[in-house]
Formats: sequence, structure tokens, C-alpha cells
Amino acid sequence: MFLRLVLRNALRHKLRTALTVLGLVVAILAFGLLATVVDAWYAGAEGASATRLITRNAISLVFPLPTTYREKLRGVDGVTDITTSNWFGGVYITEKNFFPQFAVDGESYFRVYPEFVIRDAEYKSFMRNRKGAIVGRKLADTYGWKVGDVVPLRGTIYAGNWAFEVEAIYDGRDAKTDTSQFFFHWAYLNETVKRQMPRRADTVGVYIVNIADPGRAAELSMGIDEQFRNSLAETLTETEKAFQLGFVSMTEAIVVAIRVVSYLVIFIIMAVMANTMAMSARERLSEYATLKALGFLPRRIGSLVFGESLMIAAIGGSLGVALTFPVAAKFGQAMGSLFPVFNVSPETVLLQAACATTIAVVAAIVPAIKASRVRIAEGLRAVG
Amino acid sequence: MTDVIVRIRGLAKSYRRGGQSVPVLEDLDLDIRSGDFLALMGPSGSGKSTLLNLIAGIDKPDRGTLEVEGVDITRLGESDLARWRASHVGFIFQFYNLLPVLTALENVELPLVLTSLGRRERRERAELALSMVGLSDRVKHYPSELSGGQQQRVAIARAIITDPTLLVADEPTGDLDRVSAGEILDLIGRLNSELGKTIIMVTHDQRAAERAHSIVNLEKGALVRAT
Ligand SMILES: Nc1ncnc2c1ncn2[C@@H]1O[C@H](COP(=O)(O)OP(=O)(O)OP(=O)(O)O)[C@@H](O)[C@H]1O
Ligand SMILES: [Mg+2]
Repeated sequence: MFLRLVLRNALRHKLRTALTVLGLVVAILAFGLLATVVDAWYAGAEGASATRLITRNAISLVFPLPTTYREKLRGVDGVTDITTSNWFGGVYITEKNFFPQFAVDGESYFRVYPEFVIRDAEYKSFMRNRKGAIVGRKLADTYGWKVGDVVPLRGTIYAGNWAFEVEAIYDGRDAKTDTSQFFFHWAYLNETVKRQMPRRADTVGVYIVNIADPGRAAELSMGIDEQFRNSLAETLTETEKAFQLGFVSMTEAIVVAIRVVSYLVIFIIMAVMANTMAMSARERLSEYATLKALGFLPRRIGSLVFGESLMIAAIGGSLGVALTFPVAAKFGQAMGSLFPVFNVSPETVLLQAACATTIAVVAAIVPAIKASRVRIAEGLRAVG
Repeated sequence: MTDVIVRIRGLAKSYRRGGQSVPVLEDLDLDIRSGDFLALMGPSGSGKSTLLNLIAGIDKPDRGTLEVEGVDITRLGESDLARWRASHVGFIFQFYNLLPVLTALENVELPLVLTSLGRRERRERAELALSMVGLSDRVKHYPSELSGGQQQRVAIARAIITDPTLLVADEPTGDLDRVSAGEILDLIGRLNSELGKTIIMVTHDQRAAERAHSIVNLEKGALVRAT
């Protein structure tokens, strides 16, 4: 009976309820999308491994490090594996087609990055082909590349027209793995550089160092940088996460703005909802007075109002959450490789549910108190 | 039949208006016998509704005692008073006060939600009460689909469903045409004569008052004549 009363009260003004539900759906959906954008922003750092350190040139990332550092790094106690990576920065057909390309040491790179899952056969043919490339699944899907395709890149840092042959397509070990990257052999880059600009040969962008114990990351980082103090290129070593956050933090202000906007949206719909509930409760004061006369306790009356608010929020909220998934998928596609990882996280869904509940509760507080405190004799008078 | 069921002594009630206290009832004494059918009359603003609300336990007096079956209800707290109303008082209002989103049957069943009765039994009792007021063929109707007289009969069914000690009616025919009013008064009369319900009815209508066993006149907060 109680639930029936709540439900029928909620459906009493169909248009009013429908508009409120629509507002909730849009707000919860917008909140979910914005939260997912923020997540995507930090995805690189989130996906970072705690057992990887990045060693780069202390002056700036644009300055390379000599290949000779590799042997010295190998000697550091606690280091289990080392690989290298070099930003290429080529353009595929037009500038708009942005995706990251790295010249890597194919032999060690995928050992250090086990989250890039490659078929054995494809990996072997990549290793055999000097001009071979390994591309991420998402990237391959975006441009329709298949194994055997030739991908032309126009060099910007390394001038000239380059061509790579797709030998392998890697998948992500989990949803957090970025599968929009492009890898090719550093050796191929280096032999060309040696010919054309010998002074830039035999250098790499960064070293990626695998360590056994993530608890020793800080100590090892300092140890590595100590090794190269006062050498030609001093180094700066940090965890992969810190390295990734270094990129993100430049745009922290945007992230803050997005967060503020998403909570503003929630706040606005809360006001709308509070207005709806206040209107409904005011119209029904004589009914609440009647219920009280019949012996219903104030808290029962109050829970009628809360129940109605929660029911509306539950409908709007679940529709909003349900819509977040398909809309986020479409949005992620449209953004392409700008957001390599674009997934609605369980935390986001939880936050959405929490927002919907908060909206319902906050919006109902004042009307519920008013309804439960209605003075019977006066409330009954309001009839007619 | 001569037991006093309602005993009122020194009852006083005033309202504050504009920072000033306006007395409505002053030092009022009244006994109502069990099984009585009492009409409460008097000019508009004389305090009839105020008195009825006090007896029904939906308002509190400033002074005095109001015993129903020996219990002084002026001493009950809000929750106890609500429970007392649920089991002792049946309400019949001028504007019926049915919940528009519930059917006739559900409206009648509503007071039983506060009891320990199971769903089936509540339903059966509500159906019985509706048949007593002659509305067995209207159980699924919503109040907006019923005439005023029919709505008032649903309200009467709701008032008797808990088998209360007192039935209070504030101008139960005030919003009805003559024919419907006659039917409602017949019904209320039968509740008194056949079920032995004690009824207190506020009315302006002399013909309505004639159905009652006794008439009490209120004038400027005091009882003028009691029969
Ligand atoms: N909540 C209130 N606040 C202030 N004054 C009130 C309140 N309720 C009633 N009064 C005043 O108390 C007096 C008695 O009111 P009451 O409703 O009891 O009269 P009544 O005899 O039922 O009149 P009517 O026949 O018009 O229904 C009136 O003067 C009314 O204005
Ligand atoms: Mg009155």
C-alpha cells in the first residue's frame, strides 16, 4: 500500500515527473561522461607499472641520452631489465591523424611491457623485418590497417619520408592498456640517422628500467641519477607514473574545470528536483493532514516524500547510468587516439549512483519536513 | 447506554492572531453518553470545528481535561495521540478527504495499514465496509470517478473500518445536494442505531440536526443549550 501510494504520487503529474526524470538522465549522463573524460586523461598514469622507472635527460625530454648508458644501468643493483624508447613524431597523411610512434628496442621492449600482448608468429616476423612495425588494435581499427600493410609516415623530427610494414597487431592485457601506439625498430631509425645526420646517431629518447621491488623506486632512481652526475648528459629518473603525470599536470586546470562543471550540473538538477518535490508536497498538504488524522505518524508522512524523491531519482539515475556506456563508447570512438583508453569505470558508476541518491535526499529534506509537520486542523482546512 | 464516554471539563482554547490571543472556547464542560448521536450547532466562527477537533484528538486545548473512555487525551504525546486516533476515532469530513490516487477500496483499506492485519483480511474488511455503504459496485473507482455523495459514503466506510469508539463528522452534508445529503444522514443514523456508534456531528442544517438524539448549541465559545 505504502509503495503503491509512493508510485502513484510520483506518476500524478506525468509531465512534471517526466521532465524531472529527463533532467536527471541528462545530468547523470553528463556527470558520467565528464568523469570518464577525466579518467581517460589520467589513464596513462593509471596504467603505469610500479616496477618501471623512466630515465631521461635531466635538461629536457627533447635531449637524448647516449646508448652507452645501457651498460652502466645494467650494473645498478635491483635493476632486472632495461629497454629504450625514442619519440618519432611522424605524420600519417595529415597532421590531424595524431598517434604516438616510438622507435624501440624490439628485443627487450615487449619484455618490459608485458601488457602489450602479441602473437608469437607475428612477433617473430616483426623481429625479422628491419622495417617492421607493431601497432595497437585500436589504432589498426581506426585506420583499417592489417598485417602486411605499408604505413607511410612523414618525419618531422627525423626529416624524410618513411615507410613501415605492419607485421603485428598487439592487444591490451586489460581495458586500461593503451592500444593506440605504433612501434618500430630503433635500429632502423639509427642506421638512417647515421647516414644523414651522424651527430644524432647512437642516442635514445629514454631508458625504461625494470626493477624488482617497487618499494625501492625512490632509492634506485636517486642511485641511477647519481651514476651519471657530472657526465655529459645528466639524467632524471622517476617512476613511470610520475613521468606520465608530468604530461598531464600541464593541463590540470582543464581537469579541474571539468570536475567543477560536472558537479555544477548535479547541483542544478538538485535545485530542479527540490522545486519539483516542494511543489508536489505543497499541493498535497491536505492529504498529508488527512493521513495524519487517520493516525499515520509524521515519519511515515516524511518517508512518503522521500520515497517519491528516491523513486524518481532511481529511474532517472539508472537510465542515466545505462546510457553512459553506449554514449561513452561513441564519444571515445569520435575522440580517436586523443583518448587511447576511454572506459566507464566502476568508480564512475558508483559516483553516479551516489549523486542520484544525494539529489533525491537533499531535494526531499525540506518538503518532507514540511509535510510531516503539517498541523492537521490547518491542513484539513486547505481542502476545497 | 447511560455511560458517559466523553467527559469534558474546563476546556479552553484560543488562537493567536496578530500577536493577540483570541479565545474560541472558554471553560467548557460537556458529557457525551455512549451511543449518543449529538449535533453540534451554532453560528459560523462559534468554535464548533475547534471543539470537534479537540474531541477527535487532532488539536490540543490550552486548558482543561478531555476524557474519552476514562483516558485524558490532552495528556497524550503526539505519537500516542496518533495511535489513539487510529483506533478510537473515525473521521467524516465536509470535503470527504479521500486520497485521489487510491481507489475506493484502497481508501477504505488505508486505516488498516496501521494495524497488524494481513493483506487479505484488510481487503475483505474493506469490501465489507463498502458493501455496508452500498458501494460494492464501485470498489475500483477513483474518487474523481465518483459523485460527491458516493465519495462521502466511501469516506464513511473508511471511518468505520477500524470499528472506532467515536465517529466525528464536520458538516458531512455541507457540500452535498438535498437528496445525497438525505442519504448520507440516513447512513449516519443507521451507524448509530444499528451499530451503536457514538456520533458527534457539526452541522448548520436544522434538518440534519433533527436526526440527532441531542443538540448542543455553541455561541461565542460557550454552550448555550443542551438537549
Ligand atoms: N488556526 C487558526 N488560527 C487562528 N484562528 C483560528 C484558527 N482556527 C480557527 N480560528 C478561529 O477560531 C474561531 C472558531 O473557528 P471554528 O473553525 O471552530 O468555527 P466554526 O464554528 O467551525 O465555524 P464554521 O461554521 O464557519 O465552520 C474562528 O473565529 C476562527 O477564525
Ligand atoms: Mg467549522
